[in-house]
Amino acid sequence: MEVIVMNKLKVAVALGATCAGCDVAILDLNEKILDVIEIVDFVFWPTAMDFKLDDLKALKDGEVDVGLYHGAIGTEEDEEIAKILRKKSKIVVAFGACANFGGIPSLTNMPYESKMFDVVYKESPSTSNPEGTLPQKETEIEGTKLTLPGIRKRADSLNSVIDVDYYVPGCPPMVPLIEQVVDVLRVFVEKGTLPPKGAVIAGQDTLCKECGRTKPETISYKEFVSPQEVKEIDPDLCLLSQGILCLGPATRSGCGALCTKMNVGCRGCLGPTDKVDDHGLKMISALTSLLEVEHEEEYTEEDFDKLLEKIPDPLGTFYRFTYGVSMISKLHPDKEE
Amino acid sequence: MNQELNPNIVTIEPVTRLEGLAKITVLLNDEGNVKDAFYQVVELRGFERFVQGRPIEEVLRITPRICGVCPIPHHLAPAIAADRIYGVDPPKTAKLLREMMALGHIVHSHILHFYAFALPDFALGEKKEPGTHNIIGLAKTFPDVAKAAIKARGDAQKIQAMIGAKATHPVTVIPGGISKGVTKEDTEKMLEMSNNIVEFGKLGLKVFEDLVVKNKDQMALINSDAYKMDTYYMSIVGPKNTLDFYNSQTVRVIDSKGKEFAKFESDKYLDYIDEHVEPWSYLKFPYLKQIGWKGLVDGPNSGVFRVNALARLNVVDKIETPLAQEAMENMYDVLGGKPAHHTLGFNWARLVEILYCGEKMVELAQDPDFYGPKFREQLSKDMITGEGVGAIEAPRGTLYHHYKTDKEGKVTKANIIVATTNNNAAICLSVKKAAQEMIKKGQYNDDGLNKIEMAFRAYDPCLACATHAMVGQMPLKVEIYDSKKNKIRELTRKL
Repeated sequence: MEVIVMNKLKVAVALGATCAGCDVAILDLNEKILDVIEIVDFVFWPTAMDFKLDDLKALKDGEVDVGLYHGAIGTEEDEEIAKILRKKSKIVVAFGACANFGGIPSLTNMPYESKMFDVVYKESPSTSNPEGTLPQKETEIEGTKLTLPGIRKRADSLNSVIDVDYYVPGCPPMVPLIEQVVDVLRVFVEKGTLPPKGAVIAGQDTLCKECGRTKPETISYKEFVSPQEVKEIDPDLCLLSQGILCLGPATRSGCGALCTKMNVGCRGCLGPTDKVDDHGLKMISALTSLLEVEHEEEYTEEDFDKLLEKIPDPLGTFYRFTYGVSMISKLHPDKEE
Repeated sequence: MNQELNPNIVTIEPVTRLEGLAKITVLLNDEGNVKDAFYQVVELRGFERFVQGRPIEEVLRITPRICGVCPIPHHLAPAIAADRIYGVDPPKTAKLLREMMALGHIVHSHILHFYAFALPDFALGEKKEPGTHNIIGLAKTFPDVAKAAIKARGDAQKIQAMIGAKATHPVTVIPGGISKGVTKEDTEKMLEMSNNIVEFGKLGLKVFEDLVVKNKDQMALINSDAYKMDTYYMSIVGPKNTLDFYNSQTVRVIDSKGKEFAKFESDKYLDYIDEHVEPWSYLKFPYLKQIGWKGLVDGPNSGVFRVNALARLNVVDKIETPLAQEAMENMYDVLGGKPAHHTLGFNWARLVEILYCGEKMVELAQDPDFYGPKFREQLSKDMITGEGVGAIEAPRGTLYHHYKTDKEGKVTKANIIVATTNNNAAICLSVKKAAQEMIKKGQYNDDGLNKIEMAFRAYDPCLACATHAMVGQMPLKVEIYDSKKNKIRELTRKL
């Protein structure tokens, strides 16, 4: 990509439906944040600094060199802010799992039998609500109307509403990935060059390549067990071969294997690798092929269904962070609360 | 500048540097005095629904995403609930490691609030241009303090990450323990960082002494009636009513005179706390069940209570670590006794707690069981009791997670009362009280409006948590209506 470079980069950090963990992740550069300030001017970062949306709006179109967006698109306001960021920025980066794939908030896109308002305001055991009061978009108090905005019904990825130049996955992006972003920015400042459009700033292999655990030639397991039910977790052996569900074979590397190093199975917050569209389907096919190797024969759909039945929450596990961009989510109709 | 009431709607400096999603509506009477004020939380996410059907050990990995600023309490409270679902008491090493995470987390969160959000307001003087009143502005004016704050917070985050794999969105705590222990080498590093946090804790109190306690105007503000409120206070306490964030499940409530009103185990919380629903806010209003909901009023006949740093110190009889105990005594001497009702005193209490956490973390790292081979129990599905409550002192106060599961350990019902929700009624009252003091006979100015906002901000309200929502774009908005129902003033925080 070719972009005209300023001396110091103007960076904006905007947000949608987010937990603010991505902001904290940037702060976790700690002392290095002072180095960042040497090459970057933050022109907008409402969580950490005293900016408002009008400050972003007041900038010229294309005046921001790099616009980071974290959080999912959950409301019309999120979408509007994303569009303003796009207009003001030469480069837009989807930062974190929510902006990349919908993230944990997109679990709300799944079909549920219960209604959120009933769960929170009527069925909650600590709630005393004999009259069944529910929050209203308009409440009149002595002639004055108090208003509340409507509640969103789904959360989507950033690229569902605007064109995105680069992707930094992770929940939140880990410090090594953010340092990679800083390196990209530094090269941009010094040489004016950028990675090819659409690049994912993270590892290019699967997590298995960087996990460091020994993988036996055949991975043998009859069923998956919860981590608390395992007698002892071998710290050096592949977790899948110990029956601990791990999304490593389907997930992008780059995190430094933080979770698996601590005996914890990957849940895929970096999303799939470049060639894969649907993270959960990739994981299911990875499991199938591992099983086929093990059984040296075609694994029937029925056999596979049996295995899946033993995974208590396959959708919420295989699509923990990517449900918002999954193929299966497109089968679910939107429902109003 | 003072202005007369007029029908113009003016947008002034937005409220920033807090976790968003609220608006404040002020209604005036014919005389132009404040008739009522409403603090409305305008977002809801409903984590209680979307954890349904998921295994309890996976819920521990989902609920931290309620809030990226305080993910550790949302990992640990459901973990305690999960221990109880299995009816298991984790080994000592696991408890020490979990407590280390909890305390490291308090240090991180309190530093973030005090140094990044609160300190720039009174350390940097009048605000001149956007982008200056923040931690970077602070770094320019007080470079040594800012650097020390960055380092101490960074160390606190590193300690959490050494135990939890990641400080933001930890993953290692499992029902019955923790997935991996730490090494001797890790422990030595944590001890060194904890010692540094003690030093930093002392520095923070000195900075506060110099900038606030010795400043007459600041103290007059802290002591003014606009920022005092007569409520009950709630906190978890250790044995002998000591300050405790993780270990104990005993919750104590005192009245505004300091007398014990209730003491109960967290799994009995439903006997003591009820939540009220108002149609004009997505956030519920917890209150003391025995007293009942009497509306948004303070005083001994109202069930409104407060949590968070100052509430904790009000509730405890003693802090076990010497430096923090001394700092607490000094604070109450200056504030005129215990309990203190000073809403702006929350910041001071946070600094006392940073020092306590540092001292306690040093103790933990020196415990011979801190590293060792036994950090988890092996559990089985036949142990599952089907229900568990876990409570913890999160940075912003008492947090309850309550789950029911099927016999496989899949969640069927979840109920979460977070710290900021516990303070909801109190925040409403504080805002109204400040508004009544700052707007009289239709006279108000920007400074007064900002002081209304300070009442709100003192609670460090984390609305991402409170609504189980993702922090977001919804504004904090202050709307003022005259007696003719005309909107006469609006302050917005668009982001």
